[in-house]
Amino acid sequence: MKILIKRTGVALLTIAVAAFITFIVVQNVPGDPIYEWAMELVQTSGLDFETAYKVAAQMYGYDPNEPLIHRLAVYVKRLLRGNLGYSMIYRASVNEIIAKALPWTAFVVSISLLLSFSLGVVLGTVIAWKRRSFLDPVVTGYASFTAATPDYVTAMLLLLFFAINLKWFPTRGAYDVGLTPGFNLRFIGNVLHHAALPILSFTLEAVGGWALAMKGSAVSVLGEDYIMAAKARGLKDRRIVVSYLARNSILPLITGLAISFGGMFGGSILIETIFNYPGMGWFFSQALTRKDYGMMQGLFLLTIAATIIANLLADLIYARLDPRVRLER
Amino acid sequence: MRTFLSNKRALVGAFILLFYFLMATVGPFVVPLEEEQHPEQAFRPPSWDHPLGTDYLGRDVLAQIVHGSRDVLFVAFLAALFAIAIAVSVGILSGLKGGFVDQVLMTLTNVMLTIPHLPVMMIFAAVFRVRDPFSFASILAFWMWAGLARAVRSQVLSLREREFIQAAQLLKLGTAHIVFKEILPNVMPYAAINFVSMMRGAIVSSVAIMFLGLAPFSATNWGMMLNMATIQTGAIYIPRALSYVLSPLLAIMLLQLGGYFFAHGLEEIFNPRLRAHE
Repeated sequence: MKILIKRTGVALLTIAVAAFITFIVVQNVPGDPIYEWAMELVQTSGLDFETAYKVAAQMYGYDPNEPLIHRLAVYVKRLLRGNLGYSMIYRASVNEIIAKALPWTAFVVSISLLLSFSLGVVLGTVIAWKRRSFLDPVVTGYASFTAATPDYVTAMLLLLFFAINLKWFPTRGAYDVGLTPGFNLRFIGNVLHHAALPILSFTLEAVGGWALAMKGSAVSVLGEDYIMAAKARGLKDRRIVVSYLARNSILPLITGLAISFGGMFGGSILIETIFNYPGMGWFFSQALTRKDYGMMQGLFLLTIAATIIANLLADLIYARLDPRVRLER
Repeated sequence: MRTFLSNKRALVGAFILLFYFLMATVGPFVVPLEEEQHPEQAFRPPSWDHPLGTDYLGRDVLAQIVHGSRDVLFVAFLAALFAIAIAVSVGILSGLKGGFVDQVLMTLTNVMLTIPHLPVMMIFAAVFRVRDPFSFASILAFWMWAGLARAVRSQVLSLREREFIQAAQLLKLGTAHIVFKEILPNVMPYAAINFVSMMRGAIVSSVAIMFLGLAPFSATNWGMMLNMATIQTGAIYIPRALSYVLSPLLAIMLLQLGGYFFAHGLEEIFNPRLRAHE
């Protein structure tokens, strides 16, 4: 229980550090972003400059003329109320943008994770069980190949060949513009068609790593006495592999699952940009390239929080699954 | 050396890295970068004059790849150097001092490890408007040292209990002597092996940041080439320009493979436990 409180404390600290970093970074933006915005407001809505500046500062969430401590207090108060800020380029609150973007990223990332994890686990178990099969060098070689190639290179090659040259897949969007979202076969098919290449790039990149991790874990489990005992009892191979080998070897991979979930959010910045897929990563790269500091800050904080919570959950789940690890030291 | 030559992966990796090293050092003199623009010769497929075709302004792609390798490797080299310097200092300080200093430093290290690196690096690059290789490398290094620092710390913790350190302590040789003459020589080989992996990481991140156009200080950097080819000029949609888009992609891929093979080969050589599995 004590260790649980400590872990949660460290997690909260990390989120606080991330919030502080983004605050400091955005405070030190060269130039005055509010000034530019206020000038625009003066031209578009006919306000006088003083009022326009106040309106812009309020939307942006801070007034650069106030002392730093005061601004920090305002920022923290705003965050605690669940307000992640305001986007300059979309003229909308970051919360609204996240509500639109997060489902797409969560959809792509979770399907990719599910596919690559289950495929990797199966492959890893097979090559650990049947050593010296032709599969082992193939999977190992593939895994080192994907470990060496950055995910965005894979994504760009997929885009280049399957979307642009062969025209099998669309190059942008989450679904066709003319389609109205709804729960029907046509819409779901269209969504899958658009998500196929992003999912494929994540999966191709991750599956080798999972297979190797599973192989490593399964090889050490194979040396355990209970496997020998199961063999001596004359259990069927299938039963030994599924109930004894695979079930015990998956455990150490669970922590990796959460960590890679966080990593995929980071990776989605490039992959979604490459496929013009309107998820969190795409909006984040828009914020970066168009210098929309409010959106940058908000999306980043949410990503960090999601990663850290995933890490915390992984630790807790792992402790529950494996009685030997009781989160104590 | 014999083990090195007999390790095929390390050897192949070393050859690839040597190739890139020559390309980055000698290459720019062999293949000059032409500044002239020939818009009428844009997006030419590979030919004798332009082995990798031409870009959107009719300039030679091969020359850009060669000059780009220098930029990419230079930034990665600096970043790895900075990151290892931070990691070794933090690791030794934390391992030797122990107590409160250790706790603070390790909490910081854990926080750094949990925060996803690429988004933070991108924010820093975007906000601070990076315009030169040194500040770019510093931003990269600032988010790269945490893992190695933790490993160095645990090395120092075990070294601290060894006889030669305790002898030095008994002889009252002073902290500076223990750090620089006793601990550092034992930690450095380990850090050196990590150098290639660090550079690999720095290349992936730096090219990604360049690809988004967040650090536009070098027009020939592979990331900038990709940015130009995909986001700015749409060359990716022009079938004739295939070699222009593919060249930087394959250049990154081959370099990464070389670095990966080399680093893993070295690990196999220096870690006999890995060899036993073969």
